[in-house]
Amino acid sequence: MKMLTQDEAKRICDKVLSLSRADECRVQINGSRNGNIRYARNAVSTAGLTQNTQLTVSVAFGKKQGTASINEFDDKSLEKVVRRAEDVARLAPENPEFQPAIRKQEYKPSATFSEATAAIDPEYRAEVAAMSINAARKQGLIAAGFFSDTTGFETVANSNGVFGYQTLSNLGFTVTTRTEDGRGSGWVTRSANDARKFDAREASEIAIEKAVKSVDAKALEPGRYTVILEPAATSEIIGRMFGAFDARQADEGRSFLSKKGGGNRLGEKLFDEQVNIWADPWNPDVPVLPWDSQAMLARERADVIKGGKVASLDYTRYWAEKQGQRAAGRHGNMIMAGGGKSTEELIASTKKGILVTRTWYIRMVDPQSLLLTGLTRDGTFYIENGKIKHPIKNFRFNESPVTMLNNIDELGKPVVIGGDEVRFQMLIPPMKVRDFNFTSLSDAV
Amino acid sequence: MERRSFLKVGAVAGGALLVPVFGNAIAAEELLNPMAVQFKKSLADAAMNAATKAGATYCDVRIGRYLNQFITTRDLNVEDIVNTESSGVGVRVIANGAYGFCSTNVMTLDSVADAARQAVAIAKANSKLQTEPVVLAPVKGVGEVAWATPFKKDWRAVPIAEKAEMLLAANKAGMEAGANFMRSMLFQVNQQKYFASTDGSYIDQDIHRLWSPFTATAVDKTSGKFRTRDGLSSPCSMGYEFFDCKPENRIKAAGGVTTLYKGAYDLIEDARAAGRQAKEKLTAKTVEPGKYDLVLSPEHLFLTIHESVGHATELDRVLGYEANYAGTSFATLDKWKSKNFKYGSDLVNIVADKTTPTSLGLVGYDDEGVASRRWDLIRNGVLVNYQATRDQAAIIGEKESHGCSYADSWSSVQFQRMPNVSLEAGKKKLTPDEMVKDIKKGIYILGRGSYSIDQQRYNFQFGGQLYFEIKNGKIVNQLEDVAYQSNTQEFWNACTALCDERDWRLGGSFFDGKGQPSQVSAVSHGSPTTRFNGINVINTARKIG
Repeated sequence: MKMLTQDEAKRICDKVLSLSRADECRVQINGSRNGNIRYARNAVSTAGLTQNTQLTVSVAFGKKQGTASINEFDDKSLEKVVRRAEDVARLAPENPEFQPAIRKQEYKPSATFSEATAAIDPEYRAEVAAMSINAARKQGLIAAGFFSDTTGFETVANSNGVFGYQTLSNLGFTVTTRTEDGRGSGWVTRSANDARKFDAREASEIAIEKAVKSVDAKALEPGRYTVILEPAATSEIIGRMFGAFDARQADEGRSFLSKKGGGNRLGEKLFDEQVNIWADPWNPDVPVLPWDSQAMLARERADVIKGGKVASLDYTRYWAEKQGQRAAGRHGNMIMAGGGKSTEELIASTKKGILVTRTWYIRMVDPQSLLLTGLTRDGTFYIENGKIKHPIKNFRFNESPVTMLNNIDELGKPVVIGGDEVRFQMLIPPMKVRDFNFTSLSDAV
Repeated sequence: MERRSFLKVGAVAGGALLVPVFGNAIAAEELLNPMAVQFKKSLADAAMNAATKAGATYCDVRIGRYLNQFITTRDLNVEDIVNTESSGVGVRVIANGAYGFCSTNVMTLDSVADAARQAVAIAKANSKLQTEPVVLAPVKGVGEVAWATPFKKDWRAVPIAEKAEMLLAANKAGMEAGANFMRSMLFQVNQQKYFASTDGSYIDQDIHRLWSPFTATAVDKTSGKFRTRDGLSSPCSMGYEFFDCKPENRIKAAGGVTTLYKGAYDLIEDARAAGRQAKEKLTAKTVEPGKYDLVLSPEHLFLTIHESVGHATELDRVLGYEANYAGTSFATLDKWKSKNFKYGSDLVNIVADKTTPTSLGLVGYDDEGVASRRWDLIRNGVLVNYQATRDQAAIIGEKESHGCSYADSWSSVQFQRMPNVSLEAGKKKLTPDEMVKDIKKGIYILGRGSYSIDQQRYNFQFGGQLYFEIKNGKIVNQLEDVAYQSNTQEFWNACTALCDERDWRLGGSFFDGKGQPSQVSAVSHGSPTTRFNGINVINTARKIG
């Protein structure tokens, strides 16, 4: 079905709220159109378009809550979804941690929609793939890539008069270019909310250059090295750390932010003082909705790490009430301050070090110390006297982001990164980090 | 890759948790009414006729109704109960030698015919960048047939209250035994899948799966230390009888360190053990890094098999179709062609199948209408085959597909997915206790923990849930901070002993992720308790700030 306008969405919300017989009712409508094209071995493998609009209704009788959803919007379907939610709520046990629907919120609009992204059509996607494939073919290389664009809207409303509607768009592109003999591999990632900021040709050339330069990798002994981590290499490492910023986990003693003897480590200096990270829904490079879809609370600009100190933790409404704190909307983006230097300039000022393009298969080894393991991939190089000397074999690392962010030498200019397994939109600088812990070699190219 | 594709269900619910989205929430009473087969056949015929008329040389139609129920609990509270339903039709065609795919949730003759025509148009557009035409290995049409997961007790008919009570009883047992916090979940899946193709097949399948994971957490506030122990259950293709655990379903682990399960599961008993063991982990001895002989229980080894053999022998990875995300494979065609590539020691025999009873891969037919089968991947340590779909079979000289095609929804396009990949039991009589007796310096590992492997499946690092030190043939104490790092070929060549058939059990992954956009699938891996000599073990304890 077509995208709903604000008036259409409001009419549906009002109708749903009027149908509810429960003590309270919350409504959310999400609509999206996702287009994508996937290619491998220098040919398109799949191309698709998915459109969906979904209505989710949650009602409560006292502390008994039920949720149902549907993707049909005629009067009969609206009535059906409300009754289903009510049926589930009646069957559900009381939840002692239930929080009533929030009071009316002020949602200050953010620029999450771009006409240029919404205008992307199958020809545009095919052109991205063709550009990438043809550039690889010319050099006798093999490209495998994925381009995906989404345009949509979100509406939230409740029986206390909350209402929000906003349109959004974004795109993502990744390509891996490999040499025919499989000895070289390069990769690049790009994400943007505005298609005018995306250049498939420029991106593809970077993957090609890295593929060509990564042939004949030499083995370096595992150990602690100074590394220059490109933003895409740290996005998931940092993203996983913010997954552990939950106040309740910390207060309950089961987080790296738990304090010995009880309580949490809010205000403590755990990182290098160059580390400044905040959330800001209105940042023009990584705009996100001005509300948290789950709680419908308005989002705020908030410092998360300031001057290396833990500046705030995430509170659910239940835990905030219990601890006498104030809950705000969960963050949707993470912005890390940097300097003005590009990755190339960071390399130029490095005597000996390793450039990491991409990290892969990152998993938590120990939540106590946030120890993560993972591997480098698709462009790992040895740096000597300010220049890339030669490609090196990939490494496995075992490192905690807490240690990594304590060992910062220098930060470069932040860029936009949308991670594969991270829920945040991120703006992250390339980083020069001391003593990064590589524990074994991998033969993978 | 073992990874979950998580979105939020019940996003507006106060206590909403991260659970996978499969579709829309529905009322329980509607779950039991299946769609009429004749209706599905008429939709499929409409799509195939429209596709053929528009110029398709091949067309398959998948009509799906996916019903799921998820229950999530935290300590003594039920946090969320979600019923979901998703229905629709996916049409795949070949035209001008290229694939095209289109799906719709509007289930009318006109709508599916329109989707078929769009799929043909997409195929024709894609053919312009095609370098070689798609050729499908032949499949003989099977006419109108039906297949269903064998089960005794339908999860859809078990009252929600009974399920919630079981989860809360497990949480209570864990907390009474030593855990400070408990989380438990119940995932229940029913896939009603109808497949039709221009080869003359009309296949109606009804597939059921279950999983009940939990985590027990113990905290020592004084030292600031916390430890977790996850459940040791295996997800399975069974009905709710999975929870009717009888004495014969219980197995004593080596040295009697804990109870394990086969064919059924006692969630409450395992939660009680987990509460006690999570607390014990707080004071367990930290491991001395070095080389150890590892004794890996099936509850742990399944994930190592999954990552280092399952994914490495996927033919689409080997050929480069997954190069941009999941990666390629070290198990290249030249190694297979040599007929002497030693993947593992002579004792290592690894088979693929979609036929093992109660396994997650168990189906009658795959999503290309190919009947399920069993075949060798590694025989006497040598790489002998891969996992292939219809368009790949000819590349490895097979006359037929292995039946490895799968799509996670009517709305997603089918592609090569892993069947069950299992390690055969040893031929000589051997129990886990007898295996331990022969070991001077070793570690016994149970349960799935941290896992990571490179994009060509060489270098991996795995952890578990429970570790026990073996000294001079005896299990002496519990260990902590253990992970082992190895290389796939070295590791499998270090396999020196396997317990026999009596000890063979399935483990499984409920949410295995692959592809762009990512799709999930469920797959099992069987093995006996197995010994690997001289594996590098690291200590994962770190101090921060």
